[in-house]
Amino acid sequence: MSKQAELNQQLILGGQQDENQYLTFMMAGEEYGMDILAVQEIRGWEDATVIPNAPTFVKGAINLRGTIVPIVDLRLRFGIDSVAYSPLTVVIVVSVEIKEQHKVMGLVVDAVSDVYSISEETAKDVPDFQDSDNAQYVHGLVNVGEKMVVLLNLARVLDLSANYMHHG
Amino acid sequence: MSIDLSQFFEVFFEESFEGLDAMEAELLNLEPGTEDSETINTIFRAAHSIKGGSGTFGFTSVSDFTHVLETLLDQIRDGQRQLTAEHVNLLLKSVDCLRALLSALQAEQTPDLSDANDLRQKFEVILGMSEGSDSQNIQETVQVESESTFQIDFKPHPHLFKTGNEPLYMISELAELGELETNVFYDAIPDFENLSPDECFLSWRFFLTTARPESAIKEIFEWVEDDAHIEITVCGGLFESEGRSGINLTEESSSANTAASVPSSSPAPKAATSVKKVETKKPAEQSTTSIRVGIDKVDSLINMVGELVITQAMLSQIGEQEISETTITSLQEGLAQLAHNTRDLQENVMRIRMLPISFVFSRFPRLVRDISQKLNKQVELKLVGEQTELDKTVMEKISDPMVHLVRNSLDHGLETPEERVAAGKDPVGIVTLNAFHQGGNIVIEIMDDGQGLNTQRIKEKAIANGLVQPGDELTADEINELIFMPGFSTADEVSDISGRGVGMDVVRRNIQALNGSVEVSSAPGVGSTFTIRLPLTLAILDGQLVKVAQHTYIIPLISIVESLQIDITKVSRVGKDLDVLRLRDEYIPILRLYDIFTHQGAIEELDKTLLVVVESDNHKVGLLVDDLLAQQQVVIKSLEANYQKVDGISGATILGDGRVSLIIDISGLIKLSGLKRPGSQELLVEAKAIEVA
Repeated sequence: MSKQAELNQQLILGGQQDENQYLTFMMAGEEYGMDILAVQEIRGWEDATVIPNAPTFVKGAINLRGTIVPIVDLRLRFGIDSVAYSPLTVVIVVSVEIKEQHKVMGLVVDAVSDVYSISEETAKDVPDFQDSDNAQYVHGLVNVGEKMVVLLNLARVLDLSANYMHHG
Repeated sequence: MSIDLSQFFEVFFEESFEGLDAMEAELLNLEPGTEDSETINTIFRAAHSIKGGSGTFGFTSVSDFTHVLETLLDQIRDGQRQLTAEHVNLLLKSVDCLRALLSALQAEQTPDLSDANDLRQKFEVILGMSEGSDSQNIQETVQVESESTFQIDFKPHPHLFKTGNEPLYMISELAELGELETNVFYDAIPDFENLSPDECFLSWRFFLTTARPESAIKEIFEWVEDDAHIEITVCGGLFESEGRSGINLTEESSSANTAASVPSSSPAPKAATSVKKVETKKPAEQSTTSIRVGIDKVDSLINMVGELVITQAMLSQIGEQEISETTITSLQEGLAQLAHNTRDLQENVMRIRMLPISFVFSRFPRLVRDISQKLNKQVELKLVGEQTELDKTVMEKISDPMVHLVRNSLDHGLETPEERVAAGKDPVGIVTLNAFHQGGNIVIEIMDDGQGLNTQRIKEKAIANGLVQPGDELTADEINELIFMPGFSTADEVSDISGRGVGMDVVRRNIQALNGSVEVSSAPGVGSTFTIRLPLTLAILDGQLVKVAQHTYIIPLISIVESLQIDITKVSRVGKDLDVLRLRDEYIPILRLYDIFTHQGAIEELDKTLLVVVESDNHKVGLLVDDLLAQQQVVIKSLEANYQKVDGISGATILGDGRVSLIIDISGLIKLSGLKRPGSQELLVEAKAIEVA
């Protein structure tokens, strides 16, 4: 079944149930999902102003219609090898509540993929990756067709104060 | 449909604080014996609004306390009681107390009621003590005026509760006037399924036997005049009870209670739950404040936006045309107009944040009154230039340093009346607060006609504290500057008013944090003047753009002393990695910006770079930059809002090309560089020693 057909079917079957929509994106061949309500806009990569002494995964700050928005490279945040930015590199601008403060941030990802409706129940709990730093960023895992999608906990991913060991 | 009362809290608090300010100002004008009824009325009205509002929103601690206050004011207003100095003092204290209660409630904390209860007891003693004589008074007037009975028909419109009115309060107030008979009509209450808990279906007929005039009754219903049908008729003798349907309840306040509790029962718990919901949140920072803006300012903004829209329409029209010579000319014209519109709009938006400095000045009469009483000094406070406008954020931050300076003037500057007479001066000392604009700055002067700074004592103290050497020759101005040094306090004894260890250095630091400066000038026996200079706004800054590696940073122009090319022969290295430049008589540590900010690719050779000498906290350092770019005004944006605090950076701005550029925070940078680390001062001293040798 094509992704679109599946999505349509999901939209038809779902809807009444307690479902959340997730925007998914690709990174190093994996598909990740984030709550679509957190997404503010999607834009292309543009050069950011470097913030001194910031963690390496913070690429800098951009001007988003008068607001200063920090840009986080999600590959670096998750410790995945970085790739050169191309005109196709995408920045997903999200607005999240972190420690009761409302923040707008940009996430650099390889490409935006799709939108799925996923009910909370079908999302599987995170396996016990005890040795992984990244486990805390995962909200749940879900199967869409044959693929697995990693649903992210954005508030944790973007809470920069909690993770200063990557400081570089 | 229900209304969430909490959405009105902010407005209530703001109005209450304004009411308290008004009360305070009027109280200060009030001299016992000479009070005029208008002043008392103003105070009464303010108290009454606060009581009404707090009652509506369920802040009983405030409404209960204000009630006693109001009772006293009411008696004074009616001439039943003479205003005494004690009353004024108590009332002023209760203004403070109310302010504290309201601030606590605003911050969603449980207010501390101990002060309120103390004050309340004092009021109750006053009210109770003279009850004997008062009730006699009333008795007399009663006999003269003779009682009459009023029939009051009170038919609230269904929307009464939505206007924030509670009939129970009015009924209890009526009951206070005299003997009250209450009849409630509940015929209008619909079937249960049609019953809306927000609406009032009850109406009342009261029979009030009182000696008070009709106006006293009218006043109770003053607030609901538009929301109810009210008819007051005098029914000569004793009340007749025929022709009344409904239940007859004669028990006064309790009847009122049951009568009103029927319709109000639903809204009341609603309010209570919403309050509770708010309480469970952590105390929110009071970051969202609001300002009142004159309608003329808003109107002019709307006009400007209108013009902007026209310009935009014109430009997009040009954009649709074929490109030719004529379109380019009109495009240029359009862009010029757009620039003009934008500049006007920016200026006008800035004006919105500007408030007259009287908002700060207004707190000083009270302060001066309290302190002068404590010190037994006679002081007259003069306020000049109260209409001078200043950015609201600057205003909020300047208030504390000013309080400190005024306290200092009263405590150290002004002499006691005896000393003043002995010096041939008027026993009443004068403290003047003067504000005016000068260039792009606002200047605030705090002048006293006291004894002036005692240069001898300051010098001795500075020597004792090791700030200067005994042999140093200092001019009077240099000595006066010493009072701003950390760890300096001239007060011989620590007094309650000043000299609590928080010195002038803190004042200077706070003012510098606002990109301002403070200076003192003084003449022995004539007085001293503190001059504060502040930028008009914190939202815009004059900046010097500099290049470090491939990055552009902004240095606040106000902190730049000079920029120069480094004479390599005057640089010496101290310690492991600190270069120091000898500049005239000073030793300037060189901070390599690229190093502090860990940027690659900057010019590292000292003789090929430029040095920007900046000053912060009386500390001069040189910042090594690759190049100086333009100077321009920049609009300050927060980097912290979406990111986090960055050491050495105070904010960000957007340059003409749309890129973000970061603004350097000099004092943060000095800290970050480690120059303030213990031991680094010794390095500088060492540098001097090397030079001398």
